Amino acid sequence: MAALLVYSERVDTACELVAGGKELAAALGLGVSAVALGPGAGAAASALAAAGADSVYVSEDAAFEGWPADAVAAGLAQIVEQAGASVVLVGSTRRGKETAPRLAQKLGAGCVSDVSSLVVEDGDLVAGRYAFGGATVAREKLVTAVKVFAVMPKTFDAEGASAGAGTVVSPALSVSTAVKVVDHRAKEGDHVNLDAAPLIVGVGRGFNAREDLALGDELAAALGAVVGCTKSLADFEWLGEDRIIGLSGAKTAPDLYLSVGVSGQIQHTVGVSAAKLIAAVNKDKEAPIFALADYGIVGDLYEVLPALTERLKSV
Amino acid sequence: MDIVVCVKTNPDLQMVRIKNREAVTEAVPYKIGDLEKNALQAAVDLRAAAGGKVTALCLAESNRKAAEDIKVALAMGADEAVVIDDPALAAPDQAAIAAVLAAAVKKIGACDLLLFGEGSSDNYTGQVGARVAELLGLPQIGYARKVEAADGAVRCERSMDDMIETLEAPLPAAVTVVSEINEPTIPGLMQIMKAKSKPLQVWALADLGLGAPAPVREIVSNLAEEQDRKNILFEGTVAEQADAFVNALIKEGVLGR
Repeated sequence: MAALLVYSERVDTACELVAGGKELAAALGLGVSAVALGPGAGAAASALAAAGADSVYVSEDAAFEGWPADAVAAGLAQIVEQAGASVVLVGSTRRGKETAPRLAQKLGAGCVSDVSSLVVEDGDLVAGRYAFGGATVAREKLVTAVKVFAVMPKTFDAEGASAGAGTVVSPALSVSTAVKVVDHRAKEGDHVNLDAAPLIVGVGRGFNAREDLALGDELAAALGAVVGCTKSLADFEWLGEDRIIGLSGAKTAPDLYLSVGVSGQIQHTVGVSAAKLIAAVNKDKEAPIFALADYGIVGDLYEVLPALTERLKSV
Repeated sequence: MDIVVCVKTNPDLQMVRIKNREAVTEAVPYKIGDLEKNALQAAVDLRAAAGGKVTALCLAESNRKAAEDIKVALAMGADEAVVIDDPALAAPDQAAIAAVLAAAVKKIGACDLLLFGEGSSDNYTGQVGARVAELLGLPQIGYARKVEAADGAVRCERSMDDMIETLEAPLPAAVTVVSEINEPTIPGLMQIMKAKSKPLQVWALADLGLGAPAPVREIVSNLAEEQDRKNILFEGTVAEQADAFVNALIKEGVLGR
């Protein structure tokens, strides 16, 4: 059976793609195969099967250590051939996003990256992605025999698909990498994972000084939320780049996004448009963020935030 | 060390308006993308340390003034510029762009290091660097925030989803950069004047021995999203606003779980 192939170096993302891919594959008459690469990758096989994979290709080849784009693209291209895959879904993490186009180029395939929606229409996959800096959503079809989609984390729900057989396949692969990892270290202290956060407080240029961000931290603590920011605050080095929300950072889908002192430029809001609820505090009534917000307070954040934090503490 | 920097010009996004959900780009000026300026600056800095030549390579796409706009790259310090301008490339997809750039890099000849921005400011697909690397059989390093070259290798630091990595690849190699890598210098009047006499070539597809590319994708639509939000603004004193706001969040079920 021809296959829809799923790969991500992140097991949670791979499981989402298997579950979401299963529905698409059914509409296209394909089976779902997952791929797990790297030393220790076999441990993911049962989770991928539970998420719905009919088979799981596992290779623990040392060349996949650290998931270098050249080796992973070569390995995936060989598995695509062995599995007879016509559709490949890759998690659009930073690693996935540098690997998917290299894989597509190897396969002579079209590729859509940063896919935020993927559906079957008239027997064809149609992928949505942001264009013009987030101002529009381009809906694209690929016309090549093999199609590669780099799909953003949290596009699909990992739950809900029925479990697959998860037959483990150990493909014979010929892979190597020209890139050497000289050093790697975990990110320092304040590492956050915005794309998994259910509640996010987003801070922007409305704060006059770095110290004042404590007001945002206090509000976030009272809410039980994680703090994210606009790109400009990371450019000032007030916050780390892993807190950037938007086109050049995280694309989030929280239950609540509460923006504070954020004007609402499209390059930022593209990262929160999937939020269930958007709320905003901004002193400028005309700020574009209010057009996107469900709830808004027009006011000075230096007065509003302490009042909000206080009120939240009594909930 | 000879460096080729792939530079895209984009419509100025601040001036793109949305009308009837469609982006209006007519009469919007183009400019070199911010990340491409970071890549150019990185190339100029590497040349200062290691010598060699920096060539800016630009595919005009639908920008009729690309050969004019690329002079900014020359003013920023590139030694030469090449613009690929061909009516068959007015709206190329990423596979077509990569095929053209790879052919142009081959025609340029000497290239130890190929630099790109991580993504273009308009569509940010991030595909072109990886595709060109594959076409030319080069190792690739994405998202570099530090780059240095020595002893026939390039060494880059990059920030990934969960870790900071330092990677090394043998030259020739392809590297894409992020904005943290440097602060691009704004060229002064002298540099702008000097740029006018630097070599600038304009090539068509035929000069690269290529025909019109076969498209790999079809754009079904490209429209602004319809936002369906409640747009409720709370009135009253700060305390009243805070109270109404928190009550709304409780009602929505996002608090007190």
